[in-house]
Amino acid sequence: MKKFMTRLTSMFLLTAVSSLVIAADEEPATYIVDQKDKQFSMSYVKLRVGGSIDFRNSDPWMHNVFSLSEVQSFDLGSYPKPQAKRVVFDKVGKVDVECAIHPQMHMVVEVVK
Amino acid sequence: MYKLVKFSAVCLTLLVVATADAAAKKVDPYLRPIPVPYPADNVPTADRVELGKMLFFDPRLSGSEWISCATCHNPALSWSDGLPTMIGNSMAKGHRSTPTILNTAYNQTQFWDGRAKTLEEQALGPIQAPGEMNQDLAGLATRLGKIEGYRQMFDKAYPNEGITDKTIAKAIASFERTVVSTEAPFDRWRKGDKNAISVAAQRGFKLFEGKADCVACHQGFNFADDGFHNIGLPHQDHDVEDMGRFAHRKVKVNKGAFKTPTLRDVEMTAPYMHNGAYPTLDEVVEHYNKGGVNLENLDPNMKPLNLNSQEKADIVAFMKSLTGKAMVVTVPRLPAR
Repeated sequence: MKKFMTRLTSMFLLTAVSSLVIAADEEPATYIVDQKDKQFSMSYVKLRVGGSIDFRNSDPWMHNVFSLSEVQSFDLGSYPKPQAKRVVFDKVGKVDVECAIHPQMHMVVEVVK
Repeated sequence: MYKLVKFSAVCLTLLVVATADAAAKKVDPYLRPIPVPYPADNVPTADRVELGKMLFFDPRLSGSEWISCATCHNPALSWSDGLPTMIGNSMAKGHRSTPTILNTAYNQTQFWDGRAKTLEEQALGPIQAPGEMNQDLAGLATRLGKIEGYRQMFDKAYPNEGITDKTIAKAIASFERTVVSTEAPFDRWRKGDKNAISVAAQRGFKLFEGKADCVACHQGFNFADDGFHNIGLPHQDHDVEDMGRFAHRKVKVNKGAFKTPTLRDVEMTAPYMHNGAYPTLDEVVEHYNKGGVNLENLDPNMKPLNLNSQEKADIVAFMKSLTGKAMVVTVPRLPAR
């Protein structure tokens, strides 16, 4: 229950504040990052290896989340509200995440051991 | 008494908060914000704008000394050239149309493919491009440095920065930031003048936001989303290999995707689309009504609209209500050699 509450709190934080740094003893977890008003709800997230992010579209138009970073690249394709797509971050390093349709959308995911 | 004062203070606070909240809600996203954005290291001043205007109209910025920025971005043609695709150095035909510079100050990226982030970066692109102005930047700084009038103007506008590619770009960008849309009949209608636009245009706006869903991409006061979309245009002979945004961001959705242009003054900037495919707005609306022509890698927002003739005409009437008053432009007398 405690673990569930911690995770729930983390999910809340991710949608409510602009950046999140994990606690040292926290296990890899899944977070939600919103795409709203052509912005990611977070500009920076620090994750443990194996942690994941659900990129949720909360805008009335399509978004297309991708990364061309050397550490980890992915292309989630275009999807509408209220869909979310998950990315598991399994390599250490900094990953730049963008929207291919809206170039003003950018965030950094830092993956640590 | 103390309680009454306290109660009044609370009421006043609530009233202020409520009023501020109401004021915030009243901001109409379709009306142009008054401040024009600019970068911290290039605050616009009268001297900078004046210098930028000189440079914009000066053909000595090109290798041939025959083509200026205004050759293609002609204010008499709503800051474009009236051609399906641009014509550059040695009369070479380009494969994209000349976008208007109207409201480019508000763009998140510049060029049809968004390859420049700022107007400063953008300004140097066409000057150097072999198929456009064909001028190397070092040579340009030297050429302008030999002109006394320019030496004085650069010194006033950018003291101690010299005549360099950076100050040339900054000055041109400062001028371009003054080229913004003016109040159109649509704006007057939004402000409450019920007769400012025709009933047909009003119906067109409703379709624009509703059945036709043009707002999927054409959003806000500038009627653009700063985004990139493949809208399934028919290929022209000159653009078969043009991948658009994909050349700069290799993500599948970007293949054949180009930046959403503004619709401000769109009536005045024919022909339309990045490849100049359509001479009229009627043909543009027909394109969207079909849901696109070339369906390869089509943007998921594109779909057949099933608009009837009246509805299509209404949308065109709405777009024509976005034509503002022409900006008064005085062509400058350029510094003598």
